[in-house]
Amino acid sequence: MIKLSFPFTAEKILALKVGDEVLISGVVFTGRDAVHKYLHEGGKLPPGVSLKDGIIYHCGPVMMKQDDGSWKCTAAGPTTSIREEPYQGQIIHDFGVRGVIGKGGMGDRTVEACKANGCVYLHAVGGAAQVLAECVKQVRNVYFAAEFGAPEAIWELEIADFPAVVTIDAHGHSLHKEIFAASSAELAKRL
Amino acid sequence: MSQLQDSLVELIRRTSAEIPDDVHQAILTSLENEKKGSLAANAIKIIDQNIALAKNKSQPICQDTGSILFYVDVPIGYDQITFADTAREAVKLATKKGFLRQNSVDSLTGKNDGTNCGPGAPAFHFHQHRSPEVSVKLVLKGGGCENVGAQYSLPIEKLHANRDLDGCRKAILDAVLQAQGKGCGPGILGVCIGGDRATGYELSKTQFLRRLEDRNPIAELDALEQDILKTSNELGIGPMGFGGKTTLLGVKICAANRVPASFFVSVSYMCWAYRRQGVTLDAESKIGKWLY
Repeated sequence: MIKLSFPFTAEKILALKVGDEVLISGVVFTGRDAVHKYLHEGGKLPPGVSLKDGIIYHCGPVMMKQDDGSWKCTAAGPTTSIREEPYQGQIIHDFGVRGVIGKGGMGDRTVEACKANGCVYLHAVGGAAQVLAECVKQVRNVYFAAEFGAPEAIWELEIADFPAVVTIDAHGHSLHKEIFAASSAELAKRL
Repeated sequence: MSQLQDSLVELIRRTSAEIPDDVHQAILTSLENEKKGSLAANAIKIIDQNIALAKNKSQPICQDTGSILFYVDVPIGYDQITFADTAREAVKLATKKGFLRQNSVDSLTGKNDGTNCGPGAPAFHFHQHRSPEVSVKLVLKGGGCENVGAQYSLPIEKLHANRDLDGCRKAILDAVLQAQGKGCGPGILGVCIGGDRATGYELSKTQFLRRLEDRNPIAELDALEQDILKTSNELGIGPMGFGGKTTLLGVKICAANRVPASFFVSVSYMCWAYRRQGVTLDAESKIGKWLY
């Protein structure tokens, strides 16, 4: 297990390789379909949100408002990342993103963007909403809740020891491509 | 709050927070098959921890609490309109309590009113039977696995899939290959051979009401189920597509008549977070027994 802690510097990110298991700690921002489309179309990040050397998490959490007005995260697993493939590469480039947490992997354009910009894709266990919600130590803020609805909003989360696997590294390697090629070959033998 | 509403909120809570025993058992067995310390084994361990945490905290196993699918068997003369109205109220309340995420979006405006109710949501499948019993089964099907469902119209030249059982096999295995990683595996397939585009998918989802360990009474379908399961688990896709031995936990296939011109194979994929429960209701609409 490799501890990956804020700040997510280029040096730390470049040291990671496909297959590494990491525990992530620090501030991350959620962003999924609506946010990616909005940013891709030239939308501005709200004041207080910076993705520079940061991590974007493909997640639509369940959040419960507490009596004191704060938020409690009660479920927070990753959502399927491939839907952001049309937008992700450009967002990594434009905003200086160093890490993308999600599930299911991403395509060639994101692999290229990770290589060109020093970014990694971190695969969390899909469906593990409770284990991952336990890693959310504080919900620091929420942005665009009114515009996009709770699951699609940008949530600013402080996480600790959040488990993930590097499946796309900053050197052009993708575990998803490797497994797809190997499994296709195995299937061909069995048809 | 009516007794019926009370019972349905409890059904929703338990479906969202507790994995059925047959599925949990299959997940534990898969852990034994994976190499210790592998990415696959570590992913399944996190899945198992998650199952325990969700149950203990009475919180959603997965934050995507999915499409809400009710399958309701009712006696002749049962008031289905009142049932559906009450179930919608139960869904709203379960959402307020956090058993369900605010998960239903107006497809035209993009607005999410936070109730989980709207056109087509939740979905009801009523079935009349000649028994006094009311049974309510509930499936919460997340969007990640729903998105990797696939419908094949045979023949498909690219797959060398003709209009026969071997063609069906090729189509189903292609769906497994394409779904890798994206559907939160290890997954469970529900398949319908035949039907039309709508009934094919609808019947494929009813296969998720079967218990994982059951066997298909139709010999050809049973053989196909076992073959698809074994072959898929030899492909090395593994949990989350990380590689490994457990690509699928189960395969359930049914067949429906088709018109001569059409030959559909409809494949629905269920993630490991297989949220399916059911209850019988007594005369006062109290929960009688749990079905899974």
